[in-house]
Amino acid sequence: MTTQIVLPVNPEQLRSSSSGSGEPAWLTDSRVDALKLAADLELPTLEKTKIERWDLNHFGSWTSSAPALKEQLPEQVASFVNLQENSNLLVQQNHAIVFAQLSADLAEKGVIFTDLQTAARDHEDLVKPYLHSIIKPEENRLSALHSALWNGGVFLYVPKNVEVDIPLQSIFLVDSTETVFAPHVLIVAGENSRVTYVDNYISGDYSESIVHNGAAEVIAKDGAKVQFATVHHLNATTTDYTIRRAMLGNDASIEWIVGEMNSGDSASETLTILKGNGSNSDAKVIAVGSGSQRLNYTTKAVHFGKSSESQMITRAVMREQASAIINGITKIEKGATKADGQQTEKVLMLSPKARGDANPILLIDEDDVTAGHAASVGQVNQEQIYYLMSRGISREQAERLIIYGFLAPVVSDIPLEQLQQQLQGLVERKLGQ
Amino acid sequence: MATSFVVEGLKAEIEGKEILKGIDLEIKGGEIHAIMGPNGTGKSTLASALMGHPKYEVTDGKVTIDGEDVLEMGVDERALAGLFLAMQYPSEIAGVTNSDFLRSAINARRGEGNEISLIKFIRQMETKMKELEINPEFAHRYLNEGFSGGEKKRNEILQMMMLDPKIVILDEIDSGLDIDALRIVANGVNAMRSEERGFLIITHYQRLLNYITPDYVHVMMQGRIVKSGGPELAERLERDGYDWVKEELGIVDETVGQEA
Repeated sequence: MTTQIVLPVNPEQLRSSSSGSGEPAWLTDSRVDALKLAADLELPTLEKTKIERWDLNHFGSWTSSAPALKEQLPEQVASFVNLQENSNLLVQQNHAIVFAQLSADLAEKGVIFTDLQTAARDHEDLVKPYLHSIIKPEENRLSALHSALWNGGVFLYVPKNVEVDIPLQSIFLVDSTETVFAPHVLIVAGENSRVTYVDNYISGDYSESIVHNGAAEVIAKDGAKVQFATVHHLNATTTDYTIRRAMLGNDASIEWIVGEMNSGDSASETLTILKGNGSNSDAKVIAVGSGSQRLNYTTKAVHFGKSSESQMITRAVMREQASAIINGITKIEKGATKADGQQTEKVLMLSPKARGDANPILLIDEDDVTAGHAASVGQVNQEQIYYLMSRGISREQAERLIIYGFLAPVVSDIPLEQLQQQLQGLVERKLGQ
Repeated sequence: MATSFVVEGLKAEIEGKEILKGIDLEIKGGEIHAIMGPNGTGKSTLASALMGHPKYEVTDGKVTIDGEDVLEMGVDERALAGLFLAMQYPSEIAGVTNSDFLRSAINARRGEGNEISLIKFIRQMETKMKELEINPEFAHRYLNEGFSGGEKKRNEILQMMMLDPKIVILDEIDSGLDIDALRIVANGVNAMRSEERGFLIITHYQRLLNYITPDYVHVMMQGRIVKSGGPELAERLERDGYDWVKEELGIVDETVGQEA
């Protein structure tokens, strides 16, 4: 049965709005085609989660009009950035980028860091071949809607052999439920380039429902090294559906660092396609759930390349009535000899009403590989609490130590100190401490 | 005021089974008491019940430390009141380093706004670790994780030294220790002997008492203290075992709360 879907915009409106705002014809066509698909496609299927019961109707209305860039940072984002002359920052507020800064030094090296709508117009040759190339509109209704309605967004291009030492940062702020909030991040890292990208998804003050339907695509060419760190802390009335995918060339690598700190229902997928020989993917996810949140987080690695390696670690803490489905999927295709895939998912539950489910899945079509998985779900160990308390530590502090200890293997491995501290602070806030 | 720890008529059960059937004990600052007895006679239950382990329910009796009612206190409050239990099976806690844990425990005593400075803490910890011949890198290892039996016991003694308690209960601290580790642990305990501090050493071997001379020795059977004496009692138990005590008291099965 296909549930009735109310599209936030009809194809004619989308076409005229897109072309009216100066988007190139190929982009307008791609949007309209995707929108038509959306009407016929089903919602994505999530393991053990009935996503059709989620609040996925409130997309807001679509507009392609972009306000002029601001001189000043929006107030709500100021605490997330340490803006300096050499900072590289994009800020999206609701449907459009409102602040942009790229250091002269990087611009000189040929690095492009701009909103995706502008990039589609100015750098067609670099955007068109990659946009929606690994997250395709025809997958399901939400991917089609995203392809039709994405707005603002980030395009990061690092030319061949360019190594960028300072992280490039973007912030996606939603503080109104009136317009579609669907940023798309596209990163193209040229051969043997190196770059670190960090973003935050934050909510301003609103109490109406809205869906964040977001996507990130990373193309790492041969020998490129990409670090991609993302922290989501959207509020309780925001439903977050985010797909992140990377495509790796020979000897390319990606490191995902994901903090799932939302307060509303959330689903995400973090997938690496290890196409190239000797490619390497490392995914670290920490998640905290509270209230009556329903969460479904998937990490996935698909190996095609010989001697490709993937590691995935997810640690989730669930309190109150939150429930989490944590999936880890390692797929090794025939021919990916000497591939190695390792994954661990662990869920710690802080209350008897919290629920957690860890699903490690290995799908292996090649004999000459190594793969492993570990998963666990459990309550806080009362013996441990007793032991800590017997040294004079309060119950609250004891739980805190155990929770941080549980998350430590992921948090302490985060290579960016500022991000580590920020995550620590968010975890603290989410745990109500 | 000299420390005074008083246990009167303490009864406790686990899962509805009564294990402690009325324990009376008084420990003053400066004294070392040893509780000896075969396995299964309630010795470790006594230690756990005194510390407030959630599995043990105290059904009767009274415990005070310097006049304060211990049984009314939570586990953490008992520790803050000066009680310390070196556990037979210390928990392993991944992700929490030994030094973070110890610093939290010290700061819990000192209170907010009066936290120990990092430098001072590290200096203290390093000094004590050296005394106990603990590898300095253990400060940064996760709490008890992957420690050998002997390392865990030494780590318990390290905590005791850092926390400076009034009443120390050592539950089978000698089990699983080789002779060198036993000597180190005993030296640690002896270094902590003072007029302000009382000790309760629970063991079923006399060998630890070769290194730490007790003032009083109590024999526990069937959930009660059935015989008390001086150090000479421990020596006789070492020489003759427990059978003569059982005979003297007409006890056939000395254990408590165990299925036949």
